[in-house]
Amino acid sequence: MGEYGEKIRARARELLQEGRVDVFIGYREGSVPMMRQPVLIDDALRAEELCWDSHCALNLCNYVTKRTDRVGIVANGCNSRNLVTHITENQITREQLYIVGIPCRGMIDHRAVLRAVKQREIVGVEEEGEGFTVRGRGFVERFQKKDFLQNNCATCTHHNPVIYDELVGEAVGEPEGVVDVFGDVAKVEAMEPEKRWGFFSRMFSRCLRCYACRNACPLCYCPTCFVDESRPQWVGKSTDPTDTMTFHFLRAYHCAGRCTDCGACERVCPVGIKMRQFTRKLNKDALRLFSWEAGLDLEERPPLDVYRPDDYNEFIR
Amino acid sequence: MGIEPGRLHFSWISSAEATKFVEVAREVAEVVKGLGPAGHLIKRRAEVA
Repeated sequence: MGEYGEKIRARARELLQEGRVDVFIGYREGSVPMMRQPVLIDDALRAEELCWDSHCALNLCNYVTKRTDRVGIVANGCNSRNLVTHITENQITREQLYIVGIPCRGMIDHRAVLRAVKQREIVGVEEEGEGFTVRGRGFVERFQKKDFLQNNCATCTHHNPVIYDELVGEAVGEPEGVVDVFGDVAKVEAMEPEKRWGFFSRMFSRCLRCYACRNACPLCYCPTCFVDESRPQWVGKSTDPTDTMTFHFLRAYHCAGRCTDCGACERVCPVGIKMRQFTRKLNKDALRLFSWEAGLDLEERPPLDVYRPDDYNEFIR
Repeated sequence: MGIEPGRLHFSWISSAEATKFVEVAREVAEVVKGLGPAGHLIKRRAEVA
């Protein structure tokens, strides 16, 4: 993974020097271990700041929305699918983008690592091959990355970027055979309505309404989000369970047929809510009803913005 | 998300289909009345700060 970093820095430097792009968007070291910050670089000298490892899990497409200049950007599988979605939704044009594609091997779930070291303070994490070493005051532990993948990465079927101008490395193998991507969704579907209500009520009871999930999501680019509107006020701004639930299920619905399951929402949640339960149910439905996975094809219109006279549902014909 | 079957209805009605709108509205009202008062997604005044 480290070798990608060197290539990304070199390419960003060249692209900026040659004037091919006005800005390059990538990741740099964060201020704490296992956190990488999105960074926008417009000076070739600052390309040194860029890095790539298993902690680059925020979605960079957030920084592309409605830009009018030429943008260089690193993109792994899910981020590239968000770029496709952005282009399809007219948030940026393909011509403006220079995409440095990254064959991705998944991101490390920083919370799982914290649990594994019993919540002791981590001061450094180094990756070597398929493993990584975690250091803190008075302890050094070594783990295998495959045991600590983010939930969405563990079941990922699109590791390689779907669009790119160049790849920084050999494409990685996609999983063979059928991956049980929606196993936990099926479990929730099987519950009786009342039990399901209880399940979601407990899940969202910790929500602070900080909207970090919304802010981290590249799909949420409305000029004014429905939760921020005050005339009319669509949803209460309190942490009343009804308001919180309304926020979460509306947010999920706004992502229907658009979500690439990048996992940014869950990663940024300060209280660890698994809100992908909602978006993944919608992803499952989109796949089952429309054979649709978001952001795979620039030519294909999303299922919720097309009308076909031969629709299989009689009511809409 | 756990709303009981029958409380939430979806339909596709064109602005030109007034009769269909009336029919659907009647049917929805009838079915929902049959279920009784809603237990979820309600805010009572006293609980609103």
